[in-house]
Amino acid sequence: MGNRTIVPFGPQHPVLPEPIHLDLVLEDETVIEAIPSIGFVHRGLEKLVEKKDFQQYVYVAERICGICSFMHGMGYCMAVENVMDLKLPDRAEFLRTIWAELSRIHSHLLWLGLLADAVGFESLFMHCWRLREEILDLFDMTTGGRVIFSVCKVGGVRKDIDAEKLKKIVEVLSNMDSSLRSITKIFLSDTSIISRMSGVGVLSPEEAFDLGAVGPMARASGIVVDDRLLGYGAYPHVKFEVQTATEGDCYARTKVRINEIFESISIIKQCVSLMPSDTAIDVPVKGNPDGEYFARLEQPRGEVVYYVKGNGTKFLDRMRVRTPTFANLPPLLHTLKGVDLADVPVLVLTIDPCISCTER
Amino acid sequence: MSFFQMAKTVLSSMFKKPATLNYPVKPREYDPIVRGHIEIEIEKCIFCGMCQRKCPTGAIKVERAEKRWAIEPFDCIQCNNCAESCPKDCLHMHNTATPANENRDLIRDARISVDAEDNKDS
Repeated sequence: MGNRTIVPFGPQHPVLPEPIHLDLVLEDETVIEAIPSIGFVHRGLEKLVEKKDFQQYVYVAERICGICSFMHGMGYCMAVENVMDLKLPDRAEFLRTIWAELSRIHSHLLWLGLLADAVGFESLFMHCWRLREEILDLFDMTTGGRVIFSVCKVGGVRKDIDAEKLKKIVEVLSNMDSSLRSITKIFLSDTSIISRMSGVGVLSPEEAFDLGAVGPMARASGIVVDDRLLGYGAYPHVKFEVQTATEGDCYARTKVRINEIFESISIIKQCVSLMPSDTAIDVPVKGNPDGEYFARLEQPRGEVVYYVKGNGTKFLDRMRVRTPTFANLPPLLHTLKGVDLADVPVLVLTIDPCISCTER
Repeated sequence: MSFFQMAKTVLSSMFKKPATLNYPVKPREYDPIVRGHIEIEIEKCIFCGMCQRKCPTGAIKVERAEKRWAIEPFDCIQCNNCAESCPKDCLHMHNTATPANENRDLIRDARISVDAEDNKDS
């Protein structure tokens, strides 16, 4: 048995600008245990719900995370709408789906860039973010914001996308296709990247299930789990396949996310072609929410759960968010056991951690 | 597995235009719907206080008696709620960020209607 050392990882670490702290117990160069601590960016957003009007809280919900901001707003709205029994117009559901899938592409491209940076491939990182910028421009054009869209509201959406802009979205996505394929091919076939990722942090399907992995982390271990199959939004109207892999290592997680980008592009194109011509995008909201509901939806990182409890006044009693990164921390700690210290940054990155989400 | 996968992308990038803008020389053009900052046409304002009630962060202060309208731009989250709720359509969202200024009061931009100023003088 070698010497045991404890190496702190984070809360500030070059590979991850988010404050997660791991105490890595090392034996020589191998991690034998990882002890996490979170709580560096807690903002008390769940308490704030008692002081904000339920319609105004959408703006707070959106600010839980900077990457999947739209889906946080959407999750909150879905929960409140279900409490209030609101039936959204079809066009609103399609618009929400388009923005949600664009968010997924943007999140995965951002993550691919960070991964390239983590394995030391700076130019690849730049190219991923160049492509992501085109998606952000689409957000700018359709919602008026690059990161925080403020388009979701209880009872529908606040902005419509006209036919011209829908055409532009499809055009940009079609033009992106060839460069996206050449960039993602590098991740999947370049020797230097494969040697950093293949066989690192293997999570078997049983472990993934037992530890409650969600999203691409679970799908990379061969578990077919995707909340989009539940049929919220416009997903019942479009055809898509749940992307899975069987290896359960870092390479498989990358492959799943890359395939999801192409799947999202196909979903958006289907949504645009099926877009209802009826121009209603919202329904009037009368009264206050009274009751409780669990809303589940698939974010880029996995399943997010929104719990909302109203008491008949305009202030909600309770709001609770269970974010995907929180669910993915136990599998991460499990897979960290036995990897080399040098592989830890890449492995931590492959769960696509969003600590701001986790701590709310 | 293969080597030099990136070489093709790198070589083709050498003959393409840069993806970035030459910023100060060529400023970025924003879409008209981009939410930058709120401006008010004070002549049209009736000081009803609807924008103040609709503002999720409480950035807008309206004082009806003094005919005064003020916004704290650092509290404003550019949600456009005030502009949408304004009955007189006097609030507008501009697509550029709040202009830089050294004087905090000027940034806050408290505005008093012309009648109120006239009353003050007399």
